Amino acid sequence: MKNYYFDNNATSAVAPEVTEVMLPFFTKYWGNPSSIHEFGGQVGKYVRNARAQVADLINADPSEIVFTSCGTESDNAAIRGAVEAANCNVNLITSCVEHLAVLSLCRYLSAKEKISLAEIAVDGKGNLNLDEFKRELAKGPAVVSLMWANNETGVFFPIQKIAEMVKEAGSIMHTDAVQAIGKIEVDVQKTPVDLLALSGHKLHAPKGIGAMYVRKGTKLNSLLIGGHQEKNRRGGTENVPYIVGLGKACELAKAGIEDERTRVAALRDRLEAGILASCPDTTVNGDVNNRLPNTTNISFKYIEGESILYNLSDLGIAASSGSACTSGSLETSHVIRAMGIPFTSAHGSIRFSLSRYNESEDVEHVIANMPAIVERLREMSPFVD
Amino acid sequence: MWDYTEQVMDHFRNPRNVGKIEDADGVGQVGSLACGDALKLMFNVDEDDRISEVKFQTFGCASAIASSSALTEMIVGLTIEEALKVTNKDIADYLGGLPDEKMHCSVMGREALEAAVYNYRTGTSGDKILAGTIICHCFGVTEEEIERVTRENNLKTVEDVTHFCKAGGACGICKDDIQGVIDRVMAEVKVEESPEYEKPAKKMTIVEKIRLIEKTIDEEIRPILAKDNGGIDLIDVDGNKVVISFTGMCSGCNVAHFTMEGVVQAKLRKFVQEDLVVVEEKK
Ligand SMILES: Cc1ncc(COP(=O)(O)O)c(C=O)c1O
Repeated sequence: MKNYYFDNNATSAVAPEVTEVMLPFFTKYWGNPSSIHEFGGQVGKYVRNARAQVADLINADPSEIVFTSCGTESDNAAIRGAVEAANCNVNLITSCVEHLAVLSLCRYLSAKEKISLAEIAVDGKGNLNLDEFKRELAKGPAVVSLMWANNETGVFFPIQKIAEMVKEAGSIMHTDAVQAIGKIEVDVQKTPVDLLALSGHKLHAPKGIGAMYVRKGTKLNSLLIGGHQEKNRRGGTENVPYIVGLGKACELAKAGIEDERTRVAALRDRLEAGILASCPDTTVNGDVNNRLPNTTNISFKYIEGESILYNLSDLGIAASSGSACTSGSLETSHVIRAMGIPFTSAHGSIRFSLSRYNESEDVEHVIANMPAIVERLREMSPFVD
Repeated sequence: MWDYTEQVMDHFRNPRNVGKIEDADGVGQVGSLACGDALKLMFNVDEDDRISEVKFQTFGCASAIASSSALTEMIVGLTIEEALKVTNKDIADYLGGLPDEKMHCSVMGREALEAAVYNYRTGTSGDKILAGTIICHCFGVTEEEIERVTRENNLKTVEDVTHFCKAGGACGICKDDIQGVIDRVMAEVKVEESPEYEKPAKKMTIVEKIRLIEKTIDEEIRPILAKDNGGIDLIDVDGNKVVISFTGMCSGCNVAHFTMEGVVQAKLRKFVQEDLVVVEEKK
């Protein structure tokens, strides 16, 4: 069965170009880049090249890029490193819709180090409450961690404005840009963030590689304390094949931003409009005028997400849901709850997230099959007459 | 992706007995849109008190739909008495097992069945009402329910209880209270299993049964109702049917029928006979 993949915010296909550049580093160039001998040492230049490719995607200096093992590590290294560098004499400010890589860490640090933590609310469309944010920021030196784009709804936080305010206040600004990188333009010369997290597997590199941007001069303790790799900022022998892969993926992403903005966005819009038109009682979650070009989050009232997903899966369609049942937890996703989505819609939210590999045919396949699935489940529901 | 058995996926993809029965003899609904799953069960019975037709409607995940469908297959053709013996574990077993986190779907099936039987026998609503000693406020789960799933499934940890009836699965504030119920049940089970413990004799004469019912009402039920200035009178015992009436505060109370199931019936089943059904005489 053909795989109609609409779950790119969960993970994305490894680009064939990426796999290709990685392979020689398993078979031929498997040396350690820190070695003095030529066999290992020659690998160093490929790592340097990859660092430049990553830096180029976000307009940073290569020396400001630290390779990590994933987005979660980047978020942990940035937030924890900044808090510890400030001897814990800071407030933590984040939002209630962050990925758990940020939210759980902030709660942990707040409890452990007795640091005050503010989780800024969002409105019904997922937009940040800026007044509340300003009040918290005025309370004193802070480490701020706010996401560039939300993984469930695609909604942007106004990171440009926020970073400027944080800088003005003399505080530290981290952004979880895991979902933004590769989908929209991010430029750290324009946007004054101090720290930024990105993850390979969301932009067609493999799982198990990430990077952190650290602006020159930012005080940061390291999370992995060990050898001198990454200029003492992250111990551990470099994961060369994956670093090379991430570099290539970033190069491809830079070339593909225009495609995301135009073609991918148009496919997403067609998918969304097609579903809304053919399935009654559906709503879009999140601000449709302020979100990633690849994401739509649609609620199907009176039916439950997991049963929708299994029905889609039987047709080869991969998507995901914020419903309680899919996560093994008993509550709907914290993002859906924070937005105050009415309970009639909350359990039936489905996220479709596209990528450069989606085509019109995929979108039409979903649109053609969705009404029958929805109708069948609604017929079965005690809440629909 | 859940590790669902083939039987679960089969019942999910091809659910049996979906639909409605107009003017069904028994109707029971549990769960809600807000909770994320709900089941409405409807059945008709023939002259021999056998379930002749059964239909369901479910809002929920794949395992909720599969559990509902399995339940309908299991009970059609059974007498009401036989059907009431179906436990949540039987439903899960029928499906070749459910993931731990999804056991509450099988509990929902058993609860809907009991609600429908209650409706059939009393003519009053069999829907579950949230009242009594609620322990988990997020999902509205009472102490009695937690005690019951703990006992019936031999649960040992708070996490188990959450998997079976959702209690403790949201904010988690009630986890200590749930642990308290588990500890109490485990202590009681230990006593019951000890050699000195004398189980109530299985076969009772009707007089013995009435005495035991009276004793239970006196010692176990009246003290609970008295806390709310309520009382209870035993009106009649007819086979497995116990007829009572509420007095004082309980009589006009809109949660009376919950108290009925959650307190009166639960205690009588525990101390007298497992298959007792208690109905209220309306004045
Ligand atoms: C917004 C966001 N932050 C962080 C992460 C974590 O990234 P990783 O899976 O690479 O640890 C994810 C991915 O799930 C994400 O969507």
